[in-house]
Amino acid sequence: MPVNMKQLINLVAKEDWPFTQGHRLCPGCNAPMVAKWATMTAKALGYEPVVGAATGCLEVSTTIYPFTAWNVPYIHNAFENVAATISGAEAAYRSLKNRGKLKTDKPIKFIAFGGDGGTYDIGLQSLSGAVERGHDFLYILYDNEGYMNTGNQRSGSTPPGADATTEPVGKVKTGKVQFKKNIVEIIGAHENVYAATASTSDPFDFMAKVEKGLKHEGPAFIAVLAPCVRFWRIPESDGPKITKLAVETKYWPLYEIDRGVYKITRKPRNFKPIEEYIRSIGRFRKALQHPEYKEVIEEMQKYVDTRWERLLKFEEATKGMYLR
Amino acid sequence: MPTKLAITGAAAVAHAMRQINPDVVAAYPITPQTPIVEYFAQFVADGVVDTVMVPVESEHSAMSAVVGSAAAGARTMTATAANGLALMFEIVYIAASMRLPIVMPIVNRALSGPINIHGDHSDAYAVRDAGWIQLMSENSQEAYDLTIIATKLAEREEVLTPAMVNLDGFITSHGVEGVEILDDEVVKDFVGQWEPKYPLLDVDNPITHGPLDLFDYYFEHHRQQQEGLKNAYKALPEVFAEYEKISGRKYDFLDLYKMEDAEYVMVVMNSAASTAKYVVDELREKGIKAGLIKPWVFTPFPKKEFLEALDGRKAVVVLDRAMSFGKEAPLYSLVKSALYEAKERPMIGSYVYGLGGRDVTPAMLHIPFEEAMKGELDPNEERYLGLKE
Repeated sequence: MPVNMKQLINLVAKEDWPFTQGHRLCPGCNAPMVAKWATMTAKALGYEPVVGAATGCLEVSTTIYPFTAWNVPYIHNAFENVAATISGAEAAYRSLKNRGKLKTDKPIKFIAFGGDGGTYDIGLQSLSGAVERGHDFLYILYDNEGYMNTGNQRSGSTPPGADATTEPVGKVKTGKVQFKKNIVEIIGAHENVYAATASTSDPFDFMAKVEKGLKHEGPAFIAVLAPCVRFWRIPESDGPKITKLAVETKYWPLYEIDRGVYKITRKPRNFKPIEEYIRSIGRFRKALQHPEYKEVIEEMQKYVDTRWERLLKFEEATKGMYLR
Repeated sequence: MPTKLAITGAAAVAHAMRQINPDVVAAYPITPQTPIVEYFAQFVADGVVDTVMVPVESEHSAMSAVVGSAAAGARTMTATAANGLALMFEIVYIAASMRLPIVMPIVNRALSGPINIHGDHSDAYAVRDAGWIQLMSENSQEAYDLTIIATKLAEREEVLTPAMVNLDGFITSHGVEGVEILDDEVVKDFVGQWEPKYPLLDVDNPITHGPLDLFDYYFEHHRQQQEGLKNAYKALPEVFAEYEKISGRKYDFLDLYKMEDAEYVMVVMNSAASTAKYVVDELREKGIKAGLIKPWVFTPFPKKEFLEALDGRKAVVVLDRAMSFGKEAPLYSLVKSALYEAKERPMIGSYVYGLGGRDVTPAMLHIPFEEAMKGELDPNEERYLGLKE
């Protein structure tokens, strides 16, 4: 086990939780799972996490003044700039440490949380800049595939046919037609970066990647598929069940790009058709009734199959070829 | 011993930054601010300072990174101009609301469109309500001095408000003049160390920075910002006096030039004041009692000082290097408002000049004085100097 489970269990027992109960996220929301697992992994590894959050569900629901659910240092600045903000804090850490002005000698690790709106769309430049500059931080994207905090508007991460208020399914349209932006490839294409996908269905895979990301000297990025039960129109208990299906249908393959080297971290023995995943989520219901959506599903199936084949080839081709 | 150097305004500001030696500088280049960043980057590259420089990919990220850095507890600076300031606009407000004493030289440049890289004050005016202290400089020496003064002022516990130091694009930033640079140690002692009470990096006492304020607290926090600016107003004379002790140069809310017995007064900001002073001298030679007021402090606006300086004068002409479309020009409107309580209200007139860096000549600046002396001022008419109509 890469993460020391004993330490994790002790932390839970001691209630020394970096991210506590009492926040106002919806029952069944997958975002707090991501936040809790990531910060507890950092603690278990002996790091002091300093957290940044982009404007979004996780931010508005955990820090309503004068309350906070964070027992570790936390900063929120705006929607599109958590990466730039945390890069400034990380620069301050280096400077103050170098100048002997830090009050603590505990090892600090910077973790930024952003939703898909703040990452794929409006915050992409800020994130790319911070990664390019090589700041030592871990960026965790909790991907719920839309602007869920403000009521389900379309993002660059929304899949085809997922009903969104700014690109709804209608009489003549099947909703959004574009596939999700491949955010991990985008970030993985930067230099000296560790980039990975993860899923709320597989906390151990996620925590192992958090550990890798934290230990990597430089920028790290993990995209976690984390459903919004409210706007995905799924039962509160079903988030991880759905993301498990996402992995099994190749919709959301679990892999990493470590300084250019591809590795698929979970290879399901048997794959299920993408349609099974789509049919399990309520937000596709309208599109599924649309006569033209059948073709979109076929295209999606082809897309995920081809992407998987490419991934296998990339894994083979990049073996041991660390760019740095 | 202070050193006299023949340098540009940009270099003067970079030297002030070198001596302040901030923990972090995050900046993005934009004409005409670029040489400040270049000079400072060279200081870092040569090991003259051990500041951590963050060469961000945009001004939005520059302001975002300095917010992160200052919240972390580091003395932090950036610099920008016009469109860069406009791009960081959202975070300029947030920096002030988070009460982070960031110091930012603004090399004043016209805000597009059409795109124009030359000096005017549309950028400074655009952020006048953002909650920052705004200091104004006539020349390189003042830009240098006010950058040091701003650092000391912004970090005061009762102030904790970010500060901008404005200098005119090209005219000041790229013009070479004699600048007296204080000894490094003198500046270091003057600015001292910033000891933030609640730094983000104090992991033993975790603090949540930038929480969500709903209708139950937002108003109160804005009220506190107003208090910060009021405290800046109170602290300014003290900081100016302390600076005079180390430099011999006297600053105040207003630079009063030949104002003792002045009947006709021109109010103008930044570099055009040098030309205006020359015009005042010419008028004085002719026996005309002309005077000039140049604010060193724009925010907090020295309303009381303007009232005291202008009450009872014959006429006041206010010059603005920017327009406020559909409204009175900003400085004019503020000066006019300050005169509401005057016992003997002077005649007043509004003149817009030098937009997009248009040259300001002595002949141009004679016009408002002449119109004032002829009794031709109209408080409701905006007039334009040097405009082709």
